[in-house]
Amino acid sequence: MRETLGEKIFRTVVLVGLGLFVLLPLYVMITTSLKPLGDVQAGFSWLPSRVTFGPFIEMWSTVPLARYFMNSLVVTSVATLCSVVVAIFAAYAVSRWRFRGRTPFMTTVLSTQMFPGVLFLLPLYLIFVNIDTTFGIPLVGTRIGLIITYLTFSLPFSIWMLAGYFDGIPRELDQAGKVDGAGNLTILLRIILPAARPGIVAVAIYAFMTAWGEVLFASVLTTEDTRTLAVGLRQYATQTNVYWNQVLAASIAVSIPVVVGFLMMQKNFVAGLTAGAVK
Amino acid sequence: MTLSTRPGTAAPASRPDPPAPRRRPRRTWFPYLILLPAVVLEVLIHIIPMVTGFWMSFVELTKFFIRRWTEAPFAGLENYRIAVDLNTPVGQELLSSFLVTLGFTILVVGLSWGLGMAAAVALQRPFRGRGVFRTLFLIPYALPLYAAVITWNFLLQRDTGVINHILVEQLGLFEDAPFWLIGDNAFISVVVVAVWRMWPFAFLMFMAGLQSIPGELYEASAMDGATPLRQWRAVTLPMLAPVNQTMLLVMFLWVFNDFNTPYILFGTAQPPAGDLISFHIYNASFLSWDFGVGSAMSVLLLLFLLVVSLLYLYFTQWRKESSHA
Repeated sequence: MRETLGEKIFRTVVLVGLGLFVLLPLYVMITTSLKPLGDVQAGFSWLPSRVTFGPFIEMWSTVPLARYFMNSLVVTSVATLCSVVVAIFAAYAVSRWRFRGRTPFMTTVLSTQMFPGVLFLLPLYLIFVNIDTTFGIPLVGTRIGLIITYLTFSLPFSIWMLAGYFDGIPRELDQAGKVDGAGNLTILLRIILPAARPGIVAVAIYAFMTAWGEVLFASVLTTEDTRTLAVGLRQYATQTNVYWNQVLAASIAVSIPVVVGFLMMQKNFVAGLTAGAVK
Repeated sequence: MTLSTRPGTAAPASRPDPPAPRRRPRRTWFPYLILLPAVVLEVLIHIIPMVTGFWMSFVELTKFFIRRWTEAPFAGLENYRIAVDLNTPVGQELLSSFLVTLGFTILVVGLSWGLGMAAAVALQRPFRGRGVFRTLFLIPYALPLYAAVITWNFLLQRDTGVINHILVEQLGLFEDAPFWLIGDNAFISVVVVAVWRMWPFAFLMFMAGLQSIPGELYEASAMDGATPLRQWRAVTLPMLAPVNQTMLLVMFLWVFNDFNTPYILFGTAQPPAGDLISFHIYNASFLSWDFGVGSAMSVLLLLFLLVVSLLYLYFTQWRKESSHA
């Protein structure tokens, strides 16, 4: 099939237009992070008058960025790890068995995901406060509270995507394993997991991104010591000054791990979406 | 998209039930066992808070009772009455926030859909540099949300931002530099930022969907002399219908519930034109410490979204069934 002129024009217009739309903020983000603050405050310029890596150094002392980074890293990693393990088991159950309560489970889990976050926020906050005063387990202002909360955020999507992946693994492999005398867990560990590895990595990255970028619960459930990056970056704005070059430098620094991870896994991501969505 | 996996509808046809558990009775409890962690977590974080939130909307949960919230006095429908009373600022602001959110959602979902579709179609054929564009277009979705929105906040600054630099100094469209983060322009700003962030998701979903369309369909229709536009209408759109159906609903719910974009873009002093409802409820609860009224607003929001979702599913489902006949 030959491409027509009209198609070529359409493609060029779309790619140039959207390319500029996407690039503008990225360009400003990068160039501003390389400008001295005086330059930024003097009004916008397309090129820095002088390129400096100062903001990337100063950003660590203006705000306790390292602490926020560690908080985000610990909370996000633990939540991701646990959430992926839970999702693997749930997806295995959903993919390989028809059991009573399967439909209600899926419907409930998937629909709670779609409810407004504020609906859960206020009660969760009060429940956490209550657990603290009754049992002495501090959940507000601790990493544990945030980890528990984040555990479920990516769970529905992960279960859905992994179940799609698992469905794509032929049941004959399970049967062969059964003939060899393997139990359900062995089949999961030895047959399903290796075959679904790209899907599992994609789900892990999705869970990581969800928790890394969460703002609402992080802003209510953390204190100065446990604050995550999502909330902490605001502090580059003080009463007198906004350190824009440092904010954007810090934004770049905290974005790189997730962006690289996501872009590396995007093919699996698309495959996962296809498995789940285009049935 | 998530709703497409509702197991009762599509799945059983493609996956026959496993043979009845005659020899191995443990088949019956094993799936429940491995499902247990997911169920426990869901109950803890979603079900219990939801039930509590429902209860909270019926009690007088003002700042005097926050510490001993389980003892708060029963208020009946008083919180709901306060939330929707149009004679008071509370009710008026809630209505205005709801309308702003509705307009915001329709614009953001519509524009994201259009841009995502255009990009996916433009990248459908192989060409040099396709991979570069594909990667570039996914970056807004991959960036942590707060990093993206903070950057936009800088772009939209009145005196030092690039937007006014382009509009005022380079194009000369305005005499006086407009404010983008306060006043009525705030609505345009929050829409643009949300679209920037959301359209790559539509793009990603459409790309996934396009992969499953067999090339022969296009070849056959090209033989019949169909123009690209006609092919798009006759082949691409119908083949993407399953993706479309769930994606639109999911995007609608996500965008309608968006808290982060206004929160990071405007800070705590949101302009009325950018007062999205999740953020509004958060402010109404935490600024006045009246969780009862806040919960009543949340429940009303939930009811609205439930009704819209059910109607949507009913009509799309109905259309699908009648088209099969």
